[in-house]
Amino acid sequence: MSDIKSNKPLFTRRATLKGIGSGVGAVAATGVLPGSLGFAQAQSSEPISIGFQVHRTGIGAAYGRWYSRTTEAAVKRINDMGGINGRPVKLVAEDDGTDPKRGAEVVEKFATQYNCDVAFGTLFSHVVIGSAPRAGELKLPYFVVSEGHHVASGRLNRYTLQPGITDVKSQVKAMAPFVAENLGKKVTMIFPDFAFGHDHRDYFSAAIKAQGGEVLETIAVPPTETSFTRYFPKIPRDTEVLYHVMVGPSVLTFVKELGEFFGPSRPEIFGFIDSLEAVDIRSPGLEFLNGTYFWEGNPRHAQADQSPYDKNFRAAVGVDDRGASLSDSKDVSTYSHMFGCWETLNVIKKGMETAGYQGPADRAKLIEAVEAMTDMAHSDDHPQGAKWFDGKTHQVFGHQYISKVEDGNLVVVHTTSIEDGMYDDEVDYTTRPL
Amino acid sequence: MTGKSRAPNLMVFGVLLCLGLLFLVLPAYHAGNLARIMVLAVYAMGYNLLFGYTGLLSLGHAMFFAAGMYGLGLSMTGWGLSPVPAFAVGVGAATLASAIIGFLALRTRGVAFMIVTLMFAQAGYLVILYFGAYTRGDEGFVIQQADRMIAGIDLSGDAARYFTAFILFAVCFLGLAWLVRAPFGRTLIAIRENEERAQMLGYDTTMYKLRAMIVSGAISGAAGAGYALLFGYVGATFATVQYSIFPLLWVLLGGAGTLIGPLVGVFFMFYLIDISSAVTSAYMLIAGLALVLLTLFAPQGFAGELRKRVFAWLP
Repeated sequence: MSDIKSNKPLFTRRATLKGIGSGVGAVAATGVLPGSLGFAQAQSSEPISIGFQVHRTGIGAAYGRWYSRTTEAAVKRINDMGGINGRPVKLVAEDDGTDPKRGAEVVEKFATQYNCDVAFGTLFSHVVIGSAPRAGELKLPYFVVSEGHHVASGRLNRYTLQPGITDVKSQVKAMAPFVAENLGKKVTMIFPDFAFGHDHRDYFSAAIKAQGGEVLETIAVPPTETSFTRYFPKIPRDTEVLYHVMVGPSVLTFVKELGEFFGPSRPEIFGFIDSLEAVDIRSPGLEFLNGTYFWEGNPRHAQADQSPYDKNFRAAVGVDDRGASLSDSKDVSTYSHMFGCWETLNVIKKGMETAGYQGPADRAKLIEAVEAMTDMAHSDDHPQGAKWFDGKTHQVFGHQYISKVEDGNLVVVHTTSIEDGMYDDEVDYTTRPL
Repeated sequence: MTGKSRAPNLMVFGVLLCLGLLFLVLPAYHAGNLARIMVLAVYAMGYNLLFGYTGLLSLGHAMFFAAGMYGLGLSMTGWGLSPVPAFAVGVGAATLASAIIGFLALRTRGVAFMIVTLMFAQAGYLVILYFGAYTRGDEGFVIQQADRMIAGIDLSGDAARYFTAFILFAVCFLGLAWLVRAPFGRTLIAIRENEERAQMLGYDTTMYKLRAMIVSGAISGAAGAGYALLFGYVGATFATVQYSIFPLLWVLLGGAGTLIGPLVGVFFMFYLIDISSAVTSAYMLIAGLALVLLTLFAPQGFAGELRKRVFAWLP
């Protein structure tokens, strides 16, 4: 009751506000207030949000389709196992049109609009290189599945990592010993006249030289080319091995014309399966490839000694023993690359668990946790094979497979060691600020 | 000065005032988008000078955009230039390219001009691929964050990027606002409306068109250099035909021959793709449908229709 006589209110406005403020503060601090308790619960059970930059349209669409299926299967498995740090994983997928400008915009969208914890999944090198600067500036961990050498070359930044797939420099270097010892030492290379082909030219030329071999001729084919007959006469007659890495829709024409040019007497032929990803090796016109060799990132056709991990991986993604969709045998997968999505997501999971990741404030801890990784055992998390991660270069190293085409089957004839593909560090990202 | 004659100036400064203030109220994502939109609007404004005001439909402007981009990028990574002189190299490269191509292509007219500019741009794209040892071909290259500093200001920061884009936009916007109302701009409009009549009045229309091409190329090059500087990437994709068609679409959407049209067109197209791509992978179908509808019901573009129906004074 107020003292009427003194005419002084019992509660002043300031005192009342102070009292209410400190009362609410004390209650909130003890977590009794239902609202704050509800928020705490929501925060701890809020999904881990992974921005999936996917090539749904543009030149990378075939890869994008299989990257999506693999990613969705990997996320389902992670969620079935209890998520990451007890939190479910949510995918936020957005098409980048296989375009570097749109790619950078999508990364920006993941970071500033969707508040994704990490971005993931980019394949094509130009999209990675176009997007990575924004990821670095926004301090958004950006896990690419590209096989480009751009990460390990030091051209990108501390927030960009490639822990789920080996890079082209490593792949090419690992091939040279097998080629020199088994196929021949005089090599002619045919490759597309853009950066991907130039990487093959430069890295393989150096690698075969280190094996005592030599590249007799390098034949660069413009990317717009639709017929290749005028290039074949440039192949020197004393060529022992023809190394090819053609990509794009004209690859079937390339193989057909190559067969017509050589007829029954041909040199040994070694190629990268990139040429025939998502293409059935038994397609009409590819008969000429029988008896030739291919690099494979992951054997498309299930082998006699198939690991249980590969079997589980195929079942989870929905791929049969010939690397085609279980629902449509004509829908052939990009089996040599897509495992990278699966393995990268498992690396993200492990990294977040090691870092005790709670939210975007812990992104730097996540980077450090992944940088601290080294050995990755052949397992359901890494069905392609064991790997070794170099935290300084942000690049993983692993086994490569060389397969021979026998009656339309890809039969693995050699598996390289991890060391075969290793090279000296070109950068130490850990010295750069987070 | 009458109210009507003041209106264009008020519109120009009103637009700039709004763009300057929007940074303070927009969420980070949309502020970042607007920075991109302003740079791309500079490209569209450059294109608009040639197409909208002079009546020359070029399909080769990606070459000028890329010339600015590579001029800046290569001079920074190759010669170690700092951003300001590198920007000047970029604009210089685009100016030179537009002068040479203009000199050759302006010997043709109409469809032939389109084809010739398209072929030159395609040749430019292949040159970038051919010199892959320097340009990194289709992959492109990164301009490191540490190199994108002017007077100690990190241009990759949200505010610095936004206001650098704003300054670039404002300079081009004000410059073009003056230019299109100056005798030079009016002569370009006269050429667009009836070139023979302009010739009969004593104007050397070829020389005017060449000048328009050079200014247009230089502005497009400034946009390319600005884009590389602010977003840290230089790539051959920006030299493809697709990036020659984009400014045409932006200008058609916004309103050809209007000062504000390019900004409106870029803004509309950017958000149309941004919003629809979050819903469906067939977002280009939605964009295409929107373009068809606009062509049918607003053939002069947003600003063009506004000028026709409401604001006849719109520059």
